[in-house]
Amino acid sequence: MSLLAVREMTKAFGGLMAVNDLSFEVEQGSIVGMIGPNGAGKTTVFNCITGNYVPEAGDIEFDGRPIKGVRPHRIVELGIARTFQTIRLFGRLTVLENVLAGRHCRMKAGLLACMFHGRAMQREEREAVRRCMEELEFLGLADRRGEAAGGLSYGNQRLLEIARALATEPKLLILDEPAGGMNAQETDALIEVIRAIRARGVTILLIEHDMRLVMQVSERLVVLENGSLIAEGTPEHVRRHPAVIEAYLGSSDGRW
Amino acid sequence: MNRRVFAIALGIAICLLPLVSNAYWTDVCVSIGIYALLALSLNVILGQAGIFHMGHAAFFAVGAYVTGVCNTIQHIPILWLMPVSGLAAAVFAYLVARPIIHLRGDYLLVVTIGIVEIVRIALLNDLFGLTGGSNGTFGIARPEFLGFRIVKGIHFYYLVWGMVGATLLLFHGLWRSRFGRALNCIKEDDIASECCGIDVSGYKLAAFVLGAFWAGMAGTVYAAKMTTIAPESFNFMESVIVFAVVILSGGSQLGVLVSTFLFIGLPELLREFASARMLLFGLAMMGMMIWRPQGLLPPLARRYGGGLKSAAPDAMKDGPP
Repeated sequence: MSLLAVREMTKAFGGLMAVNDLSFEVEQGSIVGMIGPNGAGKTTVFNCITGNYVPEAGDIEFDGRPIKGVRPHRIVELGIARTFQTIRLFGRLTVLENVLAGRHCRMKAGLLACMFHGRAMQREEREAVRRCMEELEFLGLADRRGEAAGGLSYGNQRLLEIARALATEPKLLILDEPAGGMNAQETDALIEVIRAIRARGVTILLIEHDMRLVMQVSERLVVLENGSLIAEGTPEHVRRHPAVIEAYLGSSDGRW
Repeated sequence: MNRRVFAIALGIAICLLPLVSNAYWTDVCVSIGIYALLALSLNVILGQAGIFHMGHAAFFAVGAYVTGVCNTIQHIPILWLMPVSGLAAAVFAYLVARPIIHLRGDYLLVVTIGIVEIVRIALLNDLFGLTGGSNGTFGIARPEFLGFRIVKGIHFYYLVWGMVGATLLLFHGLWRSRFGRALNCIKEDDIASECCGIDVSGYKLAAFVLGAFWAGMAGTVYAAKMTTIAPESFNFMESVIVFAVVILSGGSQLGVLVSTFLFIGLPELLREFASARMLLFGLAMMGMMIWRPQGLLPPLARRYGGGLKSAAPDAMKDGPP
């Protein structure tokens, strides 16, 4: 059964059709890459899935539930976590506190418990810190826990965003250009990280322009152009697909 | 300077002050204490969550008037009215903040200024025939605690500063919890907060309601201390003063206390300079903006179990919200 199903989704900004009648599915436990030229609507698709935008038409189903129109923080609770194309960390908070922010939605202490620091609340805090430290160790950032997040290198900030997303215990992790601004070594490390996350049972959907990364990690690709699906399938299949070649390289019918 | 030592010294000084000072200065310190309560509660909204709220006097007024009206008409004892006033201000805050909570920055600021003006004008127009118009409500009783009547300045001093002490403890707990962290995240980036699972409008609203509850309770103490309350005591300027106290403080609770003393105490100290005192005060403010734009005392690092240090000490250097 598919974990995420997008059906006939349409999202327009004024007269611009950002996403047009798009349908695709993400299988449980798979790594799916979404590619397409700049402005194809990839990030808009992500924003619709995570609840930041509400599509005008179509349905989004996650884990057997409709999630169209559900508010973003509720969608996180249901099990979809994301990172951003332009890094959005809490720059002046520390590395550990950024991850704790992701843990927030799995904690229960209410206003009074937070004020009075009862025993259950303290236990929950300790447990949260332990869990978050595990995520930091997983991404190799544990010894940076006390530093301000804004002071990390670009590559480490990307990893920290992933740690924050993982702290929410997602079923589906959505990565928006995770290798953006990374050098070749960092990208290699990221490929390992993405595989290790999937090995933990988390399904991954990613947008990426680094074709080496996309072709290496993705089991299936979804190709968008002008908001519509133009090809879908294994990386091998997509690489040879005429519509994809045309979208990336221009048409071969001699128009230019 | 070590903040802990400074905080303890300040605490001892506050405890001993009325034993050595005269009635005038004790009274000044009572009003500093009431402002401290207001500023500490606004600090949750403005300092922690970064919500530009310049209408805190409105919640203060609701608390004071609920106390005044219930006490003079129904003769309900003052201390019973403290939670009632807090609750009334909290409900009022919920009702007015609910539709505007999604507004950002300066847009919200303008609406909150509107709220404080609406409240003042409503009170001025003798709302429901209860508030007494521009004369206000008078003859409010003194609080009584287990048969002990709180009348003198020194009694109020310990009542108010006892409340400040309890507030400091509770709000410190709040700061060191997921609630406090969530507010800080919202201040940093509300979209990122929402996307990592924090109910942004829920928490903003909670900060408002909590801050208003405290302001309402401060209103009760104010009404009981003054025995007479009038709409002019809750004008826009009061909101601005409390707002400035919080901005000047840098966001830590100790900073809020220090800046309350500076803001409310300094003009009293400078009284002999008569007309020049506001000038001196203005110069002091300008000096602050130049040499300490991050505020007096920005919050220190939170500490996590096992010696896990949280914020880098200079993590908050970028200045007030």
